[in-house]
Amino acid sequence: MNRAISYIKTFTLWELFKGLWVTQRNFFKKSITLEYPDEKAPQSPRFRGLHALRRYPNGEERCIACKLCEAVCPALAITIESEVGKDGTRRTTRYDIDLFKCIYCGFCEEACPVDAIVETRIHEYHMESPGENILTKDKLMAIGDKYDAMISADKAADAPYR
Amino acid sequence: MSDDIVNIEVDGKPVEAREGQMVMAVTDAIGAYIPRFCYHEKLSVVANCRMCLVEIENAPKPMPACATPVVEGMKVFTRSAKAIAAQKATMEFLLINHPLDCPICDQGGECELQDLAMGYGRDVSRYNSGKRVVHDKDIGPLVSTDMTRCIHCTRCVRFGEEITGMPLLGTTGRGEDLKIETYVEMSVDHELSGNIIDLCPVGALNNKPYRYSARAWEMEQRATISPHDCVGSNMYAHVLRGTIKRIVPKANESINETWLADRDRFSYEAIYSRDRLAQPRIKVSGEWRELDWEDALSRAVDALKGARPDKVGILASPSVTLEEAHLLARLADHLETANIDCRLGRRDFSDQDNDPVYPWLGCDIADIEKQNAVLVVGSNVRNEAPIIAHRLRKASLAGAQVSFISSVKHDYYFHVANYLCDAGLVELLSGVAVAAAGRKNLPGSVSDLCNEVKANAEQKRLAASLNDADAGLVLLGNIAVRDQAYSAVRALTACIAKLTDARLGYLSAGSNAAGAHLAGVLPHRLAGGVKRGKTGLHAGAMLDEALDAIVLVNLEPDVDLFASTDAVAKLAKQKFVVALTPFVSDALMESTDLLLPIGTFAETSGTYVNVAGTWQSFSGVANPVGESRPAWKVLRVIGNLLGAPDFDYVTSEDVKSEIAGQLGHVSPDNDYPGRKKIAAPKGTDARQAEIDTPLYSVDGLVRRANALQMTTAARRAADKVSAS
Repeated sequence: MNRAISYIKTFTLWELFKGLWVTQRNFFKKSITLEYPDEKAPQSPRFRGLHALRRYPNGEERCIACKLCEAVCPALAITIESEVGKDGTRRTTRYDIDLFKCIYCGFCEEACPVDAIVETRIHEYHMESPGENILTKDKLMAIGDKYDAMISADKAADAPYR
Repeated sequence: MSDDIVNIEVDGKPVEAREGQMVMAVTDAIGAYIPRFCYHEKLSVVANCRMCLVEIENAPKPMPACATPVVEGMKVFTRSAKAIAAQKATMEFLLINHPLDCPICDQGGECELQDLAMGYGRDVSRYNSGKRVVHDKDIGPLVSTDMTRCIHCTRCVRFGEEITGMPLLGTTGRGEDLKIETYVEMSVDHELSGNIIDLCPVGALNNKPYRYSARAWEMEQRATISPHDCVGSNMYAHVLRGTIKRIVPKANESINETWLADRDRFSYEAIYSRDRLAQPRIKVSGEWRELDWEDALSRAVDALKGARPDKVGILASPSVTLEEAHLLARLADHLETANIDCRLGRRDFSDQDNDPVYPWLGCDIADIEKQNAVLVVGSNVRNEAPIIAHRLRKASLAGAQVSFISSVKHDYYFHVANYLCDAGLVELLSGVAVAAAGRKNLPGSVSDLCNEVKANAEQKRLAASLNDADAGLVLLGNIAVRDQAYSAVRALTACIAKLTDARLGYLSAGSNAAGAHLAGVLPHRLAGGVKRGKTGLHAGAMLDEALDAIVLVNLEPDVDLFASTDAVAKLAKQKFVVALTPFVSDALMESTDLLLPIGTFAETSGTYVNVAGTWQSFSGVANPVGESRPAWKVLRVIGNLLGAPDFDYVTSEDVKSEIAGQLGHVSPDNDYPGRKKIAAPKGTDARQAEIDTPLYSVDGLVRRANALQMTTAARRAADKVSAS
């Protein structure tokens, strides 16, 4: 009996038409493909992309060199050196993140007691030569300064859930 | 406290304790931890933090474990609901005023309050009013203050009163207004003051040079030995990525207990000073230029090869390791010279054949406290060996008669039985010797010195104190060694010790004088104190001869070479001088022809033999700075290039086992044979003023440690130098 059904299906091209039916069904549906990079997918404010170091609104850098991010980092991507700053406060003299090591887990952001290190929504970046994978303190501060509005908005959006 | 045993019960377990012992001591001994802040093993009990409240059966209220003596049948509950509730309540009160700045606090991660707050604190504070803020004090360059964090345990106050005897800090105000501070604006200046950093259970008192430079959890702890005094304090270096960030004490009851002198704690700064020699340098027609190791070593070896036997001189600091000392002695042997010495501070070598095999304390360091009478001759003990001074203080507090005979007046913070102070040590000592002899005859060696000497009342009292003591100790220090009449001073001191049945002990210079003596870095003796066939030139005479080559190891001729006057000028006239040195200075540049960079104590492995004869080995803890190499490796390669036989050591352990095997068992013996009659010294001492090395000038490391140089002690010494 099964053998007979199998023969009928083979000769009537049943499977072919069944497959084409899926094609036809989707042919008239609205397309969900995005024309990247002209079009982009929506992002959560919690997206964990490129890192940044933030400042307080008065311009003072937030980072207090507590090294909790360095301690929590599972990939050992963060290296910090610190000393007494010009104003007598605890400050970093070096804050390096190795983007090749980083696994973008966001633990550094979670560990930070002053919301200094954050992962922004920036995910489109590249390196051209060896060494560029190290985000130095200057670069991190520059990213923070440039995208301050975005970071602040993201933090505000996520604040009710924390 | 009696020795009667009582039976008590701790958390249901029967425990035996001595009557009168505090509950805390009993529970600590059996490993049942009770939280505490103010209690410290080495300090008196005050019971003011209230963190150690425990439940005791039939007691109406929880009792502080640190201040409750045990009695027969006592039942202690350390983890009962009542005890925990009391401890949690205490913690809540402590946290009311303690700031929440753990992320920037250097104590974070190793903080007793932080640790206990994890167990006994609430997650959210119920206290909503303002917190107390206390202004910070500037108490000197070594200890930073954040007094808002203080929880008033008063460990630092008790340390000042009980351990140093110099009340550094005290409390003012009461209740909410209680503050820990110096009563008048002053810095905390005691050679052990850095210990309040370790004592402080919170981050109120912290290490100033280390401030904000690392966190407790990221550093590696590596054991090492202090290179600054003859005690050899045990310590840990905390190392981050190969760089020493700070030094803390390693407890060793037989040596430094839990304390560490400031000099040992803060001298690591010098390792990274700008004066470090990073590359070998050579002087070519008056101009210094850098060269590589291979070239530098071949030049050193050429000079040594070209030198005539007996025309090579070797001067080593008494802080070189035993391994380095052994290799130097072997090199001297290979070069057929006996001109080798480590006694850089000595001026009178006439009686050197009566020297002990190595300068020995006469007893173990811990036994100093057990003496009934101690006489310290010619020593600034607090400078020379702060830990010995601390032991002397403990002895004095226990009732010992501690007396001093010195040419310089020093302050001691305990009862000094007799302090005889005069420029002429010989006169003072001969009086005491005469008093000690009483009707007995004086030994022949000192008969000339004591001829027609009459003892005054003070000298008689001193001699009597030693005579009456069951256990007496006479210590001979470095001011005596530097005396131009050292032979007479030593003969008299030994005579006093013998007449009063006291032990004779030496306080040596450097960290390894004993090891250097044992290895045979002496012109008159080989390893183990065996007499040399032909006596070479000692440190005082070496520079006066025209030699073909001189090797300096780890010393600076302008300050370390007290044995000779105008050492720099004399060295500059020599044919070829090579210095193995971690640092470069103007004096070294002027006086030498070749500089080879060697590692400091932190960058080399080795062994120090302390004044009690204890061998303490350590390994390198930090990465070498620049192109510097461990000195024993440099000496080994020089030996190889010279073609010395059996010179292929792979590790410093090989060197150590060779010298250890060679020495076998050397029992220390300070017995003064006194075969020679010592003549009375003549003339005045022109260098009397500079005889006492300031606390923070003892070696190259200390002289370059910034924080130590900013202390009052160092600045006062510098003022004195510039004034004279």
